[in-house]
Amino acid sequence: MKVELENLTKRWGSVVGADSINLNIQDGEFVAFLGPSGCGKTTTLLMIAGIYKPTKGFIRFDGHVVNQLAPKDRNVGMVFQSYALYPHMNVFQNISYPLKLKKVPKEEMREQAQRVADMMGIGHLMDRKPAQLSGGQQQRVALGRALIKEPNLLLFDEPLSNLDARLRLSMRGQIKRLQMELGITSIYVTHDQVEAMTMADRIAVMKDGKLQACSTPDELYDRPCTLFIAGFVGNPPMNFVEVEVVREDGEYHARREGFDVVVPPDRGEKVVGKGTVILGIRPEDVTIADTGVSGEIYVVEPLGRDDLIDVRIGEAGVHVLADPTLGLRMGHNVRLNFNTHKVQFFDPQTEQSLLWGD
Amino acid sequence: MATRTLRQAQDTAFETDRLYNVRRILGQSIAYVLLIISILPIVIGYAWVIIATFSYRTEGLLPIDAEGNVGGLILDNWSFLWENKFPSYAPIWRVTLNSLIIALGMVVGVGTISSLAAYALSRMNFSGRKSFLSLTLILHAFPSVTLLIAIFFVLRFISGMPGIGKLFGYNTVGGVALVMISLDLPLGVWLMKGFFDNISWDMERAALIDGASRFRVWWEIIIPQIKPGLAALSVFTFLTGWNAYLVPATFTIGGTTANLPVYLKQFMSDTAPVNWNMIAAVGLFQLIPVMIFFLFTQELLLNIYSGGAKGGT
Repeated sequence: MKVELENLTKRWGSVVGADSINLNIQDGEFVAFLGPSGCGKTTTLLMIAGIYKPTKGFIRFDGHVVNQLAPKDRNVGMVFQSYALYPHMNVFQNISYPLKLKKVPKEEMREQAQRVADMMGIGHLMDRKPAQLSGGQQQRVALGRALIKEPNLLLFDEPLSNLDARLRLSMRGQIKRLQMELGITSIYVTHDQVEAMTMADRIAVMKDGKLQACSTPDELYDRPCTLFIAGFVGNPPMNFVEVEVVREDGEYHARREGFDVVVPPDRGEKVVGKGTVILGIRPEDVTIADTGVSGEIYVVEPLGRDDLIDVRIGEAGVHVLADPTLGLRMGHNVRLNFNTHKVQFFDPQTEQSLLWGD
Repeated sequence: MATRTLRQAQDTAFETDRLYNVRRILGQSIAYVLLIISILPIVIGYAWVIIATFSYRTEGLLPIDAEGNVGGLILDNWSFLWENKFPSYAPIWRVTLNSLIIALGMVVGVGTISSLAAYALSRMNFSGRKSFLSLTLILHAFPSVTLLIAIFFVLRFISGMPGIGKLFGYNTVGGVALVMISLDLPLGVWLMKGFFDNISWDMERAALIDGASRFRVWWEIIIPQIKPGLAALSVFTFLTGWNAYLVPATFTIGGTTANLPVYLKQFMSDTAPVNWNMIAAVGLFQLIPVMIFFLFTQELLLNIYSGGAKGGT
């Protein structure tokens, strides 16, 4: 099913939950809403589910406006962060509750519930109460309950936040696989950019109730169109340094005190002469080298595979991912080489990218 | 050498163990003695009441018979169970039934109305919600004595209505139950609201999305969650109804409509000497169902204190 959001807005008095959101989701697409807590992603999701009534704007399912439709008439399935299982019912009753409300005959109900439960790998737990299940099992029950009525649209509200790291990893894969196989249009709300990057076809980044951008994970990572996205997507986060770009002898130099990097002309020509701009570069695109910008190591954070090194260049700080075998220590002086084909530039006032306009 | 040290170590360990045990037993004994001393007056009081109901009179805890000698338990004080003591009043069993009707009527009435009202107040946003909540709180703080005259007029008005006047009007058990329900509702609504506030919104949203109507969500999903609260509220309202005196005494004029506390008051006549031992017997009679009830519901009652506070998102 196709989902369209047009100028979707939710306000409570002066509090803005979601602000003029425009988004088209294709049939069978997996879209993640990504943003920090309180950015309006859950509000938007609950409007799509029909729990909240939009203050303004339209929600369309396959072209039909559903603003006034009650949740039960929208045929959506939803999985909550808290799982929201019914504690007084056992697993079978939980999973089959949507069918019971549809007055499906007992026999068929039992069959379907068993089929869904087996698919989720909880077929042997039908008589248990939710309190007797582990977090992962409860999650599967919640997923089964959302799937059993064969919804046109699946909504996930941070479904993996309450699981431990290892389980989260395996559930991540399973949900993605399941969504692909069933081909149900899905919206997945998360504040975890890794989850969004790994699972979604497209990521809608939200901040302060506004939709910042919606594009594929790769595009978001390589061509962030706002400063916020650049800082939010990717781990460890992108470095930002205020520089001025000047043209000298046919080359473009990004400069500040103690810092001089030559940037490729295709990027440099877009920012030259614009005064102070923000240069962004990811920690993996900076390497320790024999030549280049010199700085002092402020702190070393071992991450296992790499060391995350905070290098001070004058007043600015740059995080670098370095090989632990280099044996770098606090206070050492190092030189940094920047992979300038990956640099980003942002306007410090509008926080928009100077490279990737609309 | 080595073995000696081991022996010594064992001895010391044994010694410390013993010392520790002695100290522990001593500590526990002191606690018990203190507890027994503090509870003794209550136990003696109850023992006294029970013995008194089976005696002509008592001296301390000892029963004294009519001749002034120690001993002899009698059943005279319990004769109200099989003799009608007051010609203008119904027999005790009818009075007990009235008490039961008031108490159970309150359980059903307060339980139903407050769980519906509290759900709306906890979950729905409508204009006047805040002021309604504070108003009920003020109403709860109002002494019911101040409302008696107004309620009298209301009941007289209901009496004038055909049909329901006979059931809920002035000088009817139904009327008393009605007034008691309304006086108890503020407490019930606030209490139940606390329980509703504790249930996550997600569960309700999940049920709505699963396809349930608002009423089904309330009945099939929410009510089962607050069963302990409902049970606790039932116990409290039952006790309130069972022990009610002020309202029944004001709005009934004896005869067949009295309840137990009102009936009990009849024994304290201004003209004849008061038989306190019989009053004790009636009081004990009134207490027995409550005691049994309490034994089975103690845990639920404790639950009520873990109920309140904290709302959903």
